[in-house]
Amino acid sequence: MNSAKVWTISEADGRRLKTVSYELPARGRVLADKLGTRLASVVIGDKIDHYDLQELIYRGVDEVYVAEHPQLDGFIVENYSNVLLDLIKTFSPEIIIAGATTAGRTLMPHVAVRLQTGLTADCTELDIEVETGNLLQTRPAIGGNILATIKTPQHRPQMATVRPKSTKPLSRDVTRKGKIKKLNFKSDWIDGRVKKSGFRKIEDTGAGIQEADVVIAGGRGLKKAENFVLLRELAKVFGGVIGVTRDVVDRGWVPYPYQVGLSGKTVTPRLYLAVGISGAIQHLAGMKTAGVIVAVNTDPDAPIFKVADFGIIGDLFTVIPALTERLKKGSGEK
Amino acid sequence: MNIVILIKQVPETSNVKMDEETGTMVREGVESIINPLDLYAVETGITLKEKYGGRVTVITMGPVSAEKALREALAMGCDHGILISGKEFAGSDTFATAYVLAQAVKEINNYDLILAGERATDGDTGQVGPGVAAFLNLPLATYASNIVSINSNAVTVERLTEEGYETLELPLPALLTVVKEISFPRLPTLRGKQRARTVEIPHWTADRLKLDKEKIGLKGSPTRVVKIEHPQVLRQGEMYRVTDEESLSQALNELERFLQSKDLFVGGKNL
Repeated sequence: MNSAKVWTISEADGRRLKTVSYELPARGRVLADKLGTRLASVVIGDKIDHYDLQELIYRGVDEVYVAEHPQLDGFIVENYSNVLLDLIKTFSPEIIIAGATTAGRTLMPHVAVRLQTGLTADCTELDIEVETGNLLQTRPAIGGNILATIKTPQHRPQMATVRPKSTKPLSRDVTRKGKIKKLNFKSDWIDGRVKKSGFRKIEDTGAGIQEADVVIAGGRGLKKAENFVLLRELAKVFGGVIGVTRDVVDRGWVPYPYQVGLSGKTVTPRLYLAVGISGAIQHLAGMKTAGVIVAVNTDPDAPIFKVADFGIIGDLFTVIPALTERLKKGSGEK
Repeated sequence: MNIVILIKQVPETSNVKMDEETGTMVREGVESIINPLDLYAVETGITLKEKYGGRVTVITMGPVSAEKALREALAMGCDHGILISGKEFAGSDTFATAYVLAQAVKEINNYDLILAGERATDGDTGQVGPGVAAFLNLPLATYASNIVSINSNAVTVERLTEEGYETLELPLPALLTVVKEISFPRLPTLRGKQRARTVEIPHWTADRLKLDKEKIGLKGSPTRVVKIEHPQVLRQGEMYRVTDEESLSQALNELERFLQSKDLFVGGKNL
């Protein structure tokens, strides 16, 4: 039997797979079915939870390639690039998709250069061109003002990263069968030059802002650092995280990892609630692809209302505490 | 400590046009600036030079007008600027661009550290920095947010990921792509501007760099833009004005209904 021609790159955090690992097969399944091939997922790490590997199969994967070793515990681009290059040379996939995460956006360009092939970053849509079987990769560029569709016609594999949260995992099908292949470790996978010597978790956030379903974002309208507690409270009710504008970071109210926009992160949560944010074009570039946008601002002419699905013109210091209170009550009833 | 900084000139605003035929950017008539995210790399390079000595060379590939971006970096305190320019480079994708920049770095030869911004605000890929590291087989740290320590053999950096900050030790020479947190870019001084005006900026061509012509420009780019669309981003939102208790209550009722209709908040259960 021929090997799977469409691959996803799973990501681990310790022994567990990250959510993006289950989202990618939803993308890959469509492509594999259109090409009439099977879907594989590559997992690199150490002692990955077996139930998580099995979960990949329940979520649409046919074959799971697992490279495990204590020296592969934690992302080091040189090592992961060696593993992936070795696998690609052995099995010759046509298409590889990874999350547009800090790891994916580091690993994929590294591997693409070594294979002398093309890579498209941060795709929002992937499809197969019927006549040629080529991968059609659509991505926003220039701050989301254009959508470009890109092909890699002559080079293989065709590589793309896709935004986390831009796809939901397929529904869980426990009748699906697939193979988990544990790969024999090769010492030459390990580059050995770069060493990881520490890790400091970002406090007060369970997940990265790019992986959050709900982002409650604040701008200059919050007036001072202490007031962000209002947004944190509301974020807690939603199980979401806070985000901020560049202005807020420049004033030192909230640190940079929370910045959304052209010089910060691009986020695609299901709900983006913009509070006291006027909506400068640089900020909109980072959030206008969110599923639903709700804005609260005192200025009815604020540009943020032009991209909002729901707007409240009013004082955030009145609206936000009342909203939090109401939603909290709602959760008490159930 | 000899440092090479890779920068890109980008359009000032998001108001740029694309050539619908070739899918490449029309740069004429748009004010251009140094990619804002590259300024953090420039600042980091200059700060390191001030502490440890050495020289800072800033490189860009682009049209002749990109010389302006190099002069801005020189005005901030970089020592040398090199412009890689020529029509044979037109249409280069991230692979071809990384190849050219890597060859230019090889030509400079004597370097300890290469710095680049996390990504450019126009193309928004972040692929060129890691690509250059792969071409040169240099140790790579992306999203560097802090240089913890550096000596002539190694650099220790913090790297910002989704979960937090990891500490990486890299032997030199190495390549770092940096995020905003790493530095506060300085403004050019008057003296810096005066010096920048007079510094000679060599223009390197494909021939000067002995490049494989098959690997540069549109011909050398594995990817092809096949379609450009201008998405409609405006949404037709419902709007409510809150002026008193009653209008507040009404707006929140509507919001709650709206969120429920989008499956975003059902009976208090979050997603």
